[in-house]
Amino acid sequence: MSAPRHLLSVADLGRDGIAEVLRVAEAFAEVERRSVPKVPTLRGKVVATLFFEESTRTRLSFETAAKRLSADVLSLAVASSSVKKGESLRDTVETVEAMGIDAVIIRHSSAGAPHQVARWVERARVVNAGDGWHEHPTQALLDCFTVRQVLAERKGASPEELGIDCFEGLRVLIVGDVRHSRVARSEVLAYRALGAQVTLAAPGSLLPPSLDGWPVEVAADFDEALGDADVVSLLRLQAERGSGSYVPSLREYTAGWGLTARRVSRLREHAMVTHPGPMVRGVEIASDVADLPRTVVTQQVANGVAVRMAILFLLLGGELPGAAGVPAVA
Amino acid sequence: MAERERSHTRPLGGVFVAHSQVLTAADVTRALTRMAHEVVERNGGIEDVVLVGLQTGGVPLATKMAEVLRQIEPETDLQTGSLDVAFYRDDIGLRPVLPEAVTDIPVDLAGRVVVLVDDVLFTGRTIRAALNALNDFGRASAVQLAVMVDRGHRELPIRPDYVGKNLPTRREEMVDVGEDGVWIGTLEDR
Repeated sequence: MSAPRHLLSVADLGRDGIAEVLRVAEAFAEVERRSVPKVPTLRGKVVATLFFEESTRTRLSFETAAKRLSADVLSLAVASSSVKKGESLRDTVETVEAMGIDAVIIRHSSAGAPHQVARWVERARVVNAGDGWHEHPTQALLDCFTVRQVLAERKGASPEELGIDCFEGLRVLIVGDVRHSRVARSEVLAYRALGAQVTLAAPGSLLPPSLDGWPVEVAADFDEALGDADVVSLLRLQAERGSGSYVPSLREYTAGWGLTARRVSRLREHAMVTHPGPMVRGVEIASDVADLPRTVVTQQVANGVAVRMAILFLLLGGELPGAAGVPAVA
Repeated sequence: MAERERSHTRPLGGVFVAHSQVLTAADVTRALTRMAHEVVERNGGIEDVVLVGLQTGGVPLATKMAEVLRQIEPETDLQTGSLDVAFYRDDIGLRPVLPEAVTDIPVDLAGRVVVLVDDVLFTGRTIRAALNALNDFGRASAVQLAVMVDRGHRELPIRPDYVGKNLPTRREEMVDVGEDGVWIGTLEDR
Protein backbone atom coordinates (compact mmCIF):
# COMPACT_ATOMS: atom_id res chain seq x y z
CA MET A 1 0.00 0.00 0.00
CA SER A 2 1.56 3.25 -1.04
CA ALA A 3 0.44 6.51 0.44
CA PRO A 4 -1.75 8.64 -1.84
CA ARG A 5 0.14 11.59 -3.24
CA HIS A 6 -3.01 13.61 -3.77
CA LEU A 7 -6.33 14.15 -2.07
CA LEU A 8 -8.87 13.83 -4.85
CA SER A 9 -11.63 11.85 -3.21
CA VAL A 10 -12.61 10.77 0.28
CA ALA A 11 -12.41 7.24 -1.14
CA ASP A 12 -8.61 7.67 -1.36
CA LEU A 13 -8.49 7.70 2.44
CA GLY A 14 -10.75 4.99 3.78
CA ARG A 15 -11.60 4.63 7.45
CA ASP A 16 -8.02 4.56 8.72
CA GLY A 17 -7.01 7.49 6.54
CA ILE A 18 -9.90 9.61 7.76
CA ALA A 19 -9.08 8.67 11.36
CA GLU A 20 -5.48 9.78 10.84
CA VAL A 21 -6.53 13.09 9.25
CA LEU A 22 -8.85 13.79 12.18
CA ARG A 23 -6.11 12.88 14.66
CA VAL A 24 -3.54 15.17 13.05
CA ALA A 25 -6.15 17.94 12.68
CA GLU A 26 -6.68 17.76 16.44
CA ALA A 27 -3.00 18.65 16.91
CA PHE A 28 -3.42 21.61 14.57
CA ALA A 29 -6.56 22.75 16.38
CA GLU A 30 -4.27 23.17 19.40
CA VAL A 31 -1.93 25.32 17.30
CA GLU A 32 -4.91 27.47 16.39
CA ARG A 33 -5.74 28.09 20.03
CA ARG A 34 -2.29 29.60 20.69
CA SER A 35 -1.73 33.33 20.86
CA VAL A 36 0.55 33.05 17.83
CA PRO A 37 -1.15 30.36 15.78
CA LYS A 38 1.69 29.63 13.44
CA VAL A 39 4.23 26.80 13.14
CA PRO A 40 7.29 26.62 10.86
CA THR A 41 6.41 23.18 9.53
CA LEU A 42 6.12 23.89 5.79
CA ARG A 43 8.62 26.70 5.55
CA GLY A 44 9.95 26.96 2.01
CA LYS A 45 7.04 25.09 0.45
CA VAL A 46 4.83 26.86 -2.04
CA VAL A 47 1.11 26.23 -2.21
CA ALA A 48 -0.98 27.58 -5.08
CA THR A 49 -4.74 27.91 -5.08
CA LEU A 50 -6.29 27.58 -8.51
CA PHE A 51 -9.93 28.42 -8.22
CA PHE A 52 -11.79 28.26 -11.51
CA GLU A 53 -15.02 28.77 -9.63
CA GLU A 54 -15.92 31.36 -7.03
CA SER A 55 -15.49 30.61 -3.35
CA THR A 56 -15.13 32.53 -0.12
CA ARG A 57 -14.61 30.17 2.75
CA THR A 58 -12.82 27.30 1.05
CA ARG A 59 -10.22 29.52 -0.52
CA LEU A 60 -9.69 31.65 2.58
CA SER A 61 -9.57 28.52 4.68
CA PHE A 62 -6.91 26.83 2.53
CA GLU A 63 -4.83 29.99 2.34
CA THR A 64 -5.05 30.55 6.10
CA ALA A 65 -4.10 26.92 6.66
CA ALA A 66 -1.06 27.17 4.39
CA LYS A 67 0.07 30.42 5.99
CA ARG A 68 -0.25 29.04 9.50
CA LEU A 69 2.08 26.27 8.38
CA SER A 70 4.52 28.94 7.12
CA ALA A 71 4.13 27.88 3.48
CA ASP A 72 4.12 30.57 0.82
CA VAL A 73 0.77 30.97 -0.86
CA LEU A 74 0.05 32.00 -4.40
CA SER A 75 -3.51 32.46 -5.46
CA LEU A 76 -4.43 32.47 -9.08
CA ALA A 77 -7.36 34.76 -9.65
CA VAL A 78 -8.75 33.16 -12.75
CA ALA A 79 -10.61 36.30 -13.76
CA SER A 80 -7.32 38.20 -14.18
CA SER A 81 -5.18 35.30 -15.43
CA SER A 82 -4.20 33.96 -18.82
CA VAL A 83 -7.12 31.56 -18.57
CA LYS A 84 -9.20 34.49 -19.77
CA LYS A 85 -6.93 34.69 -22.82
CA GLY A 86 -7.82 31.12 -23.66
CA GLU A 87 -5.04 29.21 -21.93
CA SER A 88 -5.97 25.59 -21.38
CA LEU A 89 -6.11 23.96 -17.95
CA ARG A 90 -3.13 21.79 -18.90
CA ASP A 91 -0.96 24.75 -19.86
CA THR A 92 -1.94 26.63 -16.72
CA VAL A 93 -1.01 23.63 -14.59
CA GLU A 94 2.30 23.14 -16.41
CA THR A 95 3.16 26.79 -15.89
CA VAL A 96 2.39 26.46 -12.21
CA GLU A 97 4.48 23.32 -11.88
CA ALA A 98 7.40 24.80 -13.82
CA MET A 99 7.59 27.44 -11.11
CA GLY A 100 8.35 24.74 -8.56
CA ILE A 101 5.08 24.81 -6.72
CA ASP A 102 4.69 22.02 -4.17
CA ALA A 103 0.92 21.77 -3.88
CA VAL A 104 -1.97 22.82 -6.07
CA ILE A 105 -5.37 23.33 -4.55
CA ILE A 106 -7.90 23.25 -7.31
CA ARG A 107 -11.57 24.04 -7.63
CA HIS A 108 -13.19 23.56 -10.96
CA SER A 109 -16.72 23.46 -12.30
CA SER A 110 -15.99 20.23 -14.18
CA ALA A 111 -16.11 16.95 -12.30
CA GLY A 112 -12.77 15.16 -12.55
CA ALA A 113 -10.66 18.24 -13.29
CA PRO A 114 -8.43 17.64 -10.21
CA HIS A 115 -7.97 13.99 -11.27
CA GLN A 116 -6.87 15.18 -14.69
CA VAL A 117 -4.48 17.70 -13.13
CA ALA A 118 -3.06 14.96 -10.89
CA ARG A 119 -2.15 13.00 -14.02
CA TRP A 120 -0.34 15.98 -15.49
CA VAL A 121 1.76 17.05 -12.56
CA GLU A 122 5.07 15.35 -11.90
CA ARG A 123 5.96 16.40 -8.38
CA ALA A 124 3.29 18.75 -7.09
CA ARG A 125 0.56 17.41 -4.80
CA VAL A 126 -3.03 18.05 -5.82
CA VAL A 127 -5.89 18.75 -3.45
CA ASN A 128 -9.45 18.73 -4.71
CA ALA A 129 -11.26 21.77 -3.32
CA GLY A 130 -14.46 20.92 -5.13
CA ASP A 131 -15.01 19.64 -8.66
CA GLY A 132 -18.40 20.16 -10.25
CA TRP A 133 -21.04 17.87 -8.77
CA HIS A 134 -18.45 15.29 -7.91
CA GLU A 135 -16.57 15.71 -4.63
CA HIS A 136 -15.39 18.17 -1.99
CA PRO A 137 -13.32 15.95 0.29
CA THR A 138 -11.99 18.52 2.76
CA GLN A 139 -15.54 19.72 3.48
CA ALA A 140 -16.66 16.20 4.39
CA LEU A 141 -13.56 15.75 6.58
CA LEU A 142 -14.20 18.96 8.47
CA ASP A 143 -17.84 17.99 8.91
CA CYS A 144 -16.74 14.72 10.51
CA PHE A 145 -14.20 16.61 12.63
CA THR A 146 -16.91 19.03 13.83
CA VAL A 147 -19.40 16.28 14.59
CA ARG A 148 -16.82 14.46 16.70
CA GLN A 149 -15.85 17.68 18.45
CA VAL A 150 -19.46 18.37 19.41
CA LEU A 151 -19.98 14.77 20.57
CA ALA A 152 -16.81 15.01 22.67
CA GLU A 153 -17.81 18.33 24.21
CA ARG A 154 -21.14 16.90 25.29
CA LYS A 155 -19.46 13.92 26.89
CA GLY A 156 -16.89 16.12 28.58
CA ALA A 157 -14.17 14.08 26.87
CA SER A 158 -11.47 15.01 24.41
CA PRO A 159 -12.03 14.09 20.75
CA GLU A 160 -8.98 11.80 20.90
CA GLU A 161 -10.52 9.89 23.78
CA LEU A 162 -13.67 9.45 21.72
CA GLY A 163 -11.62 8.02 18.86
CA ILE A 164 -13.23 7.11 15.60
CA ASP A 165 -15.82 4.70 16.97
CA CYS A 166 -18.15 7.53 17.96
CA PHE A 167 -19.43 7.52 14.36
CA GLU A 168 -20.52 3.88 14.55
CA GLY A 169 -24.28 3.77 14.09
CA LEU A 170 -24.64 7.55 14.05
CA ARG A 171 -27.67 8.53 11.98
CA VAL A 172 -26.90 11.21 9.42
CA LEU A 173 -29.67 12.80 7.39
CA ILE A 174 -28.53 14.69 4.29
CA VAL A 175 -31.21 17.08 3.13
CA GLY A 176 -31.68 19.06 -0.05
CA ASP A 177 -30.01 19.35 -3.41
CA VAL A 178 -28.15 16.04 -3.37
CA ARG A 179 -28.17 15.89 -7.16
CA HIS A 180 -25.90 18.89 -7.62
CA SER A 181 -23.98 18.58 -4.38
CA ARG A 182 -20.33 17.55 -4.28
CA VAL A 183 -20.47 17.93 -0.51
CA ALA A 184 -23.16 15.25 -0.30
CA ARG A 185 -21.07 12.79 -2.32
CA SER A 186 -18.00 13.29 -0.15
CA GLU A 187 -20.08 13.19 3.03
CA VAL A 188 -21.72 9.91 2.06
CA LEU A 189 -18.29 8.35 1.48
CA ALA A 190 -16.83 9.75 4.69
CA TYR A 191 -19.72 9.00 7.04
CA ARG A 192 -20.19 5.53 5.60
CA ALA A 193 -16.48 4.75 5.86
CA LEU A 194 -16.72 5.63 9.56
CA GLY A 195 -19.70 3.35 10.11
CA ALA A 196 -22.51 5.91 10.24
CA GLN A 197 -25.89 5.36 8.59
CA VAL A 198 -26.75 7.86 5.91
CA THR A 199 -30.26 8.76 4.78
CA LEU A 200 -31.07 11.22 2.01
CA ALA A 201 -34.09 13.48 2.05
CA ALA A 202 -34.84 15.48 -1.06
CA PRO A 203 -37.54 16.01 -3.65
CA GLY A 204 -37.24 13.34 -6.33
CA SER A 205 -36.04 15.86 -8.87
CA LEU A 206 -33.05 16.76 -6.67
CA LEU A 207 -31.94 13.18 -6.03
CA PRO A 208 -29.27 11.78 -8.36
CA PRO A 209 -30.78 10.03 -11.41
CA SER A 210 -29.50 6.72 -10.05
CA LEU A 211 -28.64 5.68 -6.53
CA ASP A 212 -27.26 2.29 -7.60
CA GLY A 213 -24.26 1.40 -5.50
CA TRP A 214 -24.82 4.25 -3.05
CA PRO A 215 -24.78 2.91 0.49
CA VAL A 216 -27.67 5.14 1.53
CA GLU A 217 -31.36 5.05 2.17
CA VAL A 218 -33.88 7.56 0.94
CA ALA A 219 -36.30 8.92 3.51
CA ALA A 220 -39.92 8.17 2.68
CA ASP A 221 -41.10 10.95 4.94
CA PHE A 222 -38.84 13.93 5.65
CA ASP A 223 -40.54 15.00 8.85
CA GLU A 224 -40.35 11.49 10.26
CA ALA A 225 -36.68 11.13 9.26
CA LEU A 226 -35.88 14.32 11.15
CA GLY A 227 -37.06 12.68 14.36
CA ASP A 228 -34.51 9.86 13.94
CA ALA A 229 -31.45 11.86 12.98
CA ASP A 230 -28.36 12.55 15.12
CA VAL A 231 -26.86 14.84 12.49
CA VAL A 232 -28.81 16.83 9.91
CA SER A 233 -26.61 17.94 7.05
CA LEU A 234 -28.34 20.66 5.07
CA LEU A 235 -27.31 21.43 1.52
CA ARG A 236 -27.71 24.65 -0.38
CA LEU A 237 -30.09 24.81 -3.29
CA GLN A 238 -27.53 25.40 -6.03
CA ALA A 239 -29.19 28.00 -8.18
CA GLU A 240 -25.97 28.51 -10.19
CA ARG A 241 -26.09 24.86 -11.24
CA GLY A 242 -29.66 25.28 -12.34
CA SER A 243 -31.38 23.63 -9.43
CA GLY A 244 -33.93 26.43 -9.48
CA SER A 245 -35.55 24.69 -12.43
CA TYR A 246 -35.78 21.41 -10.52
CA VAL A 247 -38.27 22.81 -8.02
CA PRO A 248 -41.52 24.61 -8.78
CA SER A 249 -40.57 27.63 -6.66
CA LEU A 250 -38.26 28.50 -3.79
CA ARG A 251 -41.23 29.00 -1.51
CA GLU A 252 -42.53 25.56 -2.32
CA TYR A 253 -39.09 24.08 -1.73
CA THR A 254 -38.89 25.73 1.68
CA ALA A 255 -42.35 24.51 2.58
CA GLY A 256 -41.49 20.93 1.65
CA TRP A 257 -37.79 20.60 2.47
CA GLY A 258 -36.57 23.67 4.36
CA LEU A 259 -35.51 23.36 7.99
CA THR A 260 -38.13 25.63 9.48
CA ALA A 261 -38.75 26.37 13.16
CA ARG A 262 -41.66 23.93 13.07
CA ARG A 263 -39.47 21.14 11.73
CA VAL A 264 -36.70 21.84 14.25
CA SER A 265 -39.14 20.99 17.02
CA ARG A 266 -39.21 17.43 15.63
CA LEU A 267 -35.48 17.00 16.10
CA ARG A 268 -34.18 15.00 18.99
CA GLU A 269 -32.70 17.10 21.75
CA HIS A 270 -29.08 16.27 20.94
CA ALA A 271 -29.38 16.41 17.14
CA MET A 272 -27.02 18.88 15.48
CA VAL A 273 -27.36 20.71 12.18
CA THR A 274 -24.46 21.16 9.77
CA HIS A 275 -24.30 23.24 6.61
CA PRO A 276 -21.31 23.57 4.27
CA GLY A 277 -22.12 27.19 3.58
CA PRO A 278 -22.95 29.57 2.14
CA MET A 279 -26.35 29.33 3.82
CA VAL A 280 -29.31 30.84 2.09
CA ARG A 281 -31.45 31.88 5.02
CA GLY A 282 -35.14 31.54 4.36
CA VAL A 283 -34.66 28.84 1.72
CA GLU A 284 -33.03 25.65 3.03
CA ILE A 285 -32.80 26.96 6.59
CA ALA A 286 -34.95 29.45 8.50
CA SER A 287 -32.97 32.38 9.83
CA ASP A 288 -33.87 31.61 13.47
CA VAL A 289 -32.78 28.02 13.02
CA ALA A 290 -29.43 29.08 11.58
CA ASP A 291 -28.70 30.90 14.84
CA LEU A 292 -29.60 28.03 17.19
CA PRO A 293 -26.79 26.51 19.28
CA ARG A 294 -27.40 23.14 17.63
CA THR A 295 -26.48 24.67 14.27
CA VAL A 296 -22.70 24.24 14.19
CA VAL A 297 -21.89 26.19 11.03
CA THR A 298 -19.43 28.55 12.75
CA GLN A 299 -17.53 25.63 14.30
CA GLN A 300 -17.39 24.02 10.86
CA VAL A 301 -15.77 27.11 9.38
CA ALA A 302 -13.33 27.39 12.29
CA ASN A 303 -12.40 23.71 12.03
CA GLY A 304 -11.88 23.99 8.29
CA VAL A 305 -8.51 25.60 8.84
CA ALA A 306 -7.23 22.88 11.20
CA VAL A 307 -8.43 20.10 8.89
CA ARG A 308 -6.83 21.71 5.85
CA MET A 309 -3.61 22.25 7.77
CA ALA A 310 -3.65 18.52 8.46
CA ILE A 311 -4.18 17.70 4.78
CA LEU A 312 -1.39 20.01 3.60
CA PHE A 313 0.93 18.74 6.31
CA LEU A 314 0.22 15.09 5.56
CA LEU A 315 0.70 15.58 1.82
CA LEU A 316 3.80 17.77 2.00
CA GLY A 317 5.52 16.78 5.22
CA GLY A 318 4.09 13.59 6.61
CA GLU A 319 2.36 10.81 4.84
CA LEU A 320 -1.27 10.80 3.81
CA PRO A 321 -2.52 7.40 4.86
CA GLY A 322 -4.45 5.66 2.10
CA ALA A 323 -7.32 3.25 2.13
CA ALA A 324 -6.13 -0.34 2.25
CA GLY A 325 -6.48 -1.86 -1.17
CA VAL A 326 -7.25 1.42 -2.89
CA PRO A 327 -4.34 2.27 -5.16
CA ALA A 328 -3.07 5.82 -4.97
CA VAL A 329 -4.19 7.78 -8.00
CA ALA A 330 -1.45 8.81 -10.40
CA MET B 1 14.54 -11.96 24.37
CA ALA B 2 11.87 -9.43 25.00
CA GLU B 3 10.18 -8.18 21.89
CA ARG B 4 7.74 -5.35 21.65
CA GLU B 5 6.19 -3.23 18.99
CA ARG B 6 7.65 0.22 18.80
CA SER B 7 4.39 1.81 17.93
CA HIS B 8 5.62 5.22 19.03
CA THR B 9 8.46 5.26 16.52
CA ARG B 10 5.95 5.34 13.71
CA PRO B 11 8.27 6.65 11.01
CA LEU B 12 10.65 3.76 11.66
CA GLY B 13 8.21 1.07 12.63
CA GLY B 14 9.48 -2.42 13.23
CA VAL B 15 10.00 -4.52 16.31
CA PHE B 16 12.36 -3.58 19.12
CA VAL B 17 14.48 -6.57 20.09
CA ALA B 18 15.98 -6.01 23.53
CA HIS B 19 19.51 -7.32 24.10
CA SER B 20 20.29 -6.32 27.66
CA GLN B 21 18.78 -4.41 30.53
CA VAL B 22 20.55 -1.24 31.57
CA LEU B 23 18.30 0.01 34.37
CA THR B 24 15.53 -1.79 36.22
CA ALA B 25 12.20 -0.08 36.90
CA ALA B 26 13.44 0.57 40.46
CA ASP B 27 16.65 2.13 39.08
CA VAL B 28 14.56 4.47 36.92
CA THR B 29 12.51 5.53 39.93
CA ARG B 30 15.67 6.19 41.95
CA ALA B 31 17.23 8.19 39.14
CA LEU B 32 14.03 10.24 38.76
CA THR B 33 14.00 10.95 42.48
CA ARG B 34 17.62 12.12 42.38
CA MET B 35 16.97 14.28 39.31
CA ALA B 36 13.93 15.83 40.98
CA HIS B 37 16.08 16.79 43.97
CA GLU B 38 18.65 18.28 41.60
CA VAL B 39 15.93 20.36 39.93
CA VAL B 40 14.84 21.73 43.32
CA GLU B 41 18.41 22.39 44.38
CA ARG B 42 19.46 24.10 41.16
CA ASN B 43 16.41 26.36 41.04
CA GLY B 44 16.14 27.05 44.76
CA GLY B 45 12.67 25.50 44.89
CA ILE B 46 10.14 24.95 42.12
CA GLU B 47 8.24 28.21 42.35
CA ASP B 48 8.89 29.21 38.73
CA VAL B 49 9.38 25.73 37.29
CA VAL B 50 7.15 24.35 34.53
CA LEU B 51 7.76 20.67 33.83
CA VAL B 52 7.24 19.83 30.15
CA GLY B 53 7.34 16.21 28.94
CA LEU B 54 8.16 15.52 25.31
CA GLN B 55 5.68 13.32 23.47
CA THR B 56 5.65 10.47 23.82
CA GLY B 57 8.56 9.02 25.77
CA GLY B 58 9.08 12.01 28.03
CA VAL B 59 5.49 12.38 29.16
CA PRO B 60 5.28 9.44 31.60
CA LEU B 61 8.69 10.37 33.01
CA ALA B 62 7.57 13.98 33.51
CA THR B 63 4.42 12.74 35.26
CA LYS B 64 6.49 10.63 37.65
CA MET B 65 9.00 13.40 38.26
CA ALA B 66 6.14 15.80 39.00
CA GLU B 67 4.87 13.39 41.68
CA VAL B 68 8.28 13.39 43.33
CA LEU B 69 8.60 17.17 43.09
CA ARG B 70 5.21 17.62 44.71
CA GLN B 71 6.33 15.42 47.59
CA ILE B 72 9.56 17.41 48.02
CA GLU B 73 7.84 20.80 47.78
CA PRO B 74 4.22 20.21 48.81
CA GLU B 75 3.51 23.93 49.21
CA THR B 76 4.19 24.84 45.59
CA ASP B 77 1.59 24.34 42.88
CA LEU B 78 3.74 22.74 40.18
CA GLN B 79 2.69 23.38 36.57
CA THR B 80 3.16 20.61 34.02
CA GLY B 81 2.61 20.26 30.30
CA SER B 82 3.36 18.12 27.30
CA LEU B 83 4.88 19.05 23.97
CA ASP B 84 4.84 17.41 20.56
CA VAL B 85 7.61 18.67 18.32
CA ALA B 86 6.49 17.13 15.01
CA PHE B 87 5.65 20.53 13.49
CA TYR B 88 9.11 21.89 14.33
CA ARG B 89 11.34 19.10 13.11
CA ASP B 90 14.06 19.78 10.54
CA ASP B 91 13.54 16.50 8.71
CA ILE B 92 10.04 17.26 7.43
CA GLY B 93 9.92 16.12 3.82
CA LEU B 94 12.92 13.81 4.33
CA ARG B 95 10.85 11.18 6.10
CA PRO B 96 7.27 10.94 7.27
CA VAL B 97 6.88 13.00 10.42
CA LEU B 98 3.63 12.74 12.30
CA PRO B 99 2.46 14.27 15.56
CA GLU B 100 1.91 11.68 18.27
CA ALA B 101 -0.37 13.68 20.49
CA VAL B 102 -1.82 17.09 21.06
CA THR B 103 0.49 19.61 22.71
CA ASP B 104 -0.73 20.90 26.07
CA ILE B 105 1.09 23.87 27.60
CA PRO B 106 -1.39 25.31 30.12
CA VAL B 107 0.58 28.40 31.15
CA ASP B 108 2.35 31.32 29.56
CA LEU B 109 6.02 30.44 29.75
CA ALA B 110 7.22 34.04 29.90
CA GLY B 111 9.57 34.39 32.87
CA ARG B 112 9.28 30.73 33.89
CA VAL B 113 11.97 28.07 34.11
CA VAL B 114 11.06 25.24 31.77
CA VAL B 115 12.43 21.80 32.56
CA LEU B 116 12.11 19.66 29.43
CA VAL B 117 11.84 15.97 30.17
CA ASP B 118 12.63 13.28 27.61
CA ASP B 119 13.50 9.61 27.74
CA VAL B 120 16.58 9.40 25.52
CA LEU B 121 18.97 12.13 24.36
CA PHE B 122 20.56 11.09 21.07
CA THR B 123 21.28 13.45 18.15
CA GLY B 124 19.77 16.47 19.93
CA ARG B 125 17.47 17.26 17.03
CA THR B 126 14.29 16.63 19.00
CA ILE B 127 15.50 19.06 21.67
CA ARG B 128 16.39 21.64 18.99
CA ALA B 129 12.82 21.34 17.70
CA ALA B 130 11.46 21.55 21.25
CA LEU B 131 13.40 24.76 21.92
CA ASN B 132 11.84 26.29 18.80
CA ALA B 133 8.40 25.12 19.83
CA LEU B 134 8.75 26.51 23.36
CA ASN B 135 9.49 29.93 21.91
CA ASP B 136 5.92 30.06 20.61
CA PHE B 137 4.57 29.81 24.15
CA GLY B 138 6.43 32.78 25.57
CA ARG B 139 10.00 33.71 26.46
CA ALA B 140 11.06 31.38 29.23
CA SER B 141 13.72 32.81 31.55
CA ALA B 142 15.62 29.53 31.25
CA VAL B 143 15.19 26.11 29.69
CA GLN B 144 16.77 23.08 31.33
CA LEU B 145 16.89 19.53 30.02
CA ALA B 146 16.33 16.34 31.97
CA VAL B 147 16.80 12.96 30.25
CA MET B 148 16.71 9.42 31.58
CA VAL B 149 19.44 8.23 29.20
CA ASP B 150 22.14 10.21 27.42
CA ARG B 151 23.39 7.85 24.72
CA GLY B 152 25.79 10.23 22.93
CA HIS B 153 26.08 10.78 19.14
CA ARG B 154 25.06 14.44 19.32
CA GLU B 155 24.69 16.28 16.00
CA LEU B 156 24.02 19.66 17.62
CA PRO B 157 25.61 21.59 20.49
CA ILE B 158 23.05 20.50 23.08
CA ARG B 159 23.76 19.06 26.53
CA PRO B 160 21.48 17.83 29.32
CA ASP B 161 21.27 19.44 32.77
CA TYR B 162 19.97 16.36 34.57
CA VAL B 163 20.86 12.82 33.47
CA GLY B 164 19.52 9.50 34.71
CA LYS B 165 22.32 7.49 33.15
CA ASN B 166 25.11 8.13 30.67
CA LEU B 167 25.07 5.18 28.34
CA PRO B 168 27.70 4.75 25.61
CA THR B 169 26.04 3.15 22.58
CA ARG B 170 26.67 2.29 18.98
CA ARG B 171 24.75 4.43 16.53
CA GLU B 172 22.67 1.58 15.13
CA GLU B 173 21.59 0.42 18.56
CA MET B 174 18.33 1.51 20.08
CA VAL B 175 17.50 2.45 23.65
CA ASP B 176 14.03 1.80 24.98
CA VAL B 177 12.75 3.41 28.15
CA GLY B 178 9.55 1.80 29.38
CA GLU B 179 7.55 0.72 32.38
CA ASP B 180 9.97 -2.14 32.98
CA GLY B 181 13.16 -0.09 32.97
CA VAL B 182 15.73 0.76 30.31
CA TRP B 183 16.78 -1.75 27.68
CA ILE B 184 19.35 -1.60 24.93
CA GLY B 185 18.66 -3.47 21.71
CA THR B 186 18.12 -3.16 17.99
CA LEU B 187 15.16 -2.40 15.77
CA GLU B 188 14.32 -5.31 13.49
CA ASP B 189 12.06 -5.29 10.45
CA ARG B 190 8.63 -6.57 11.08
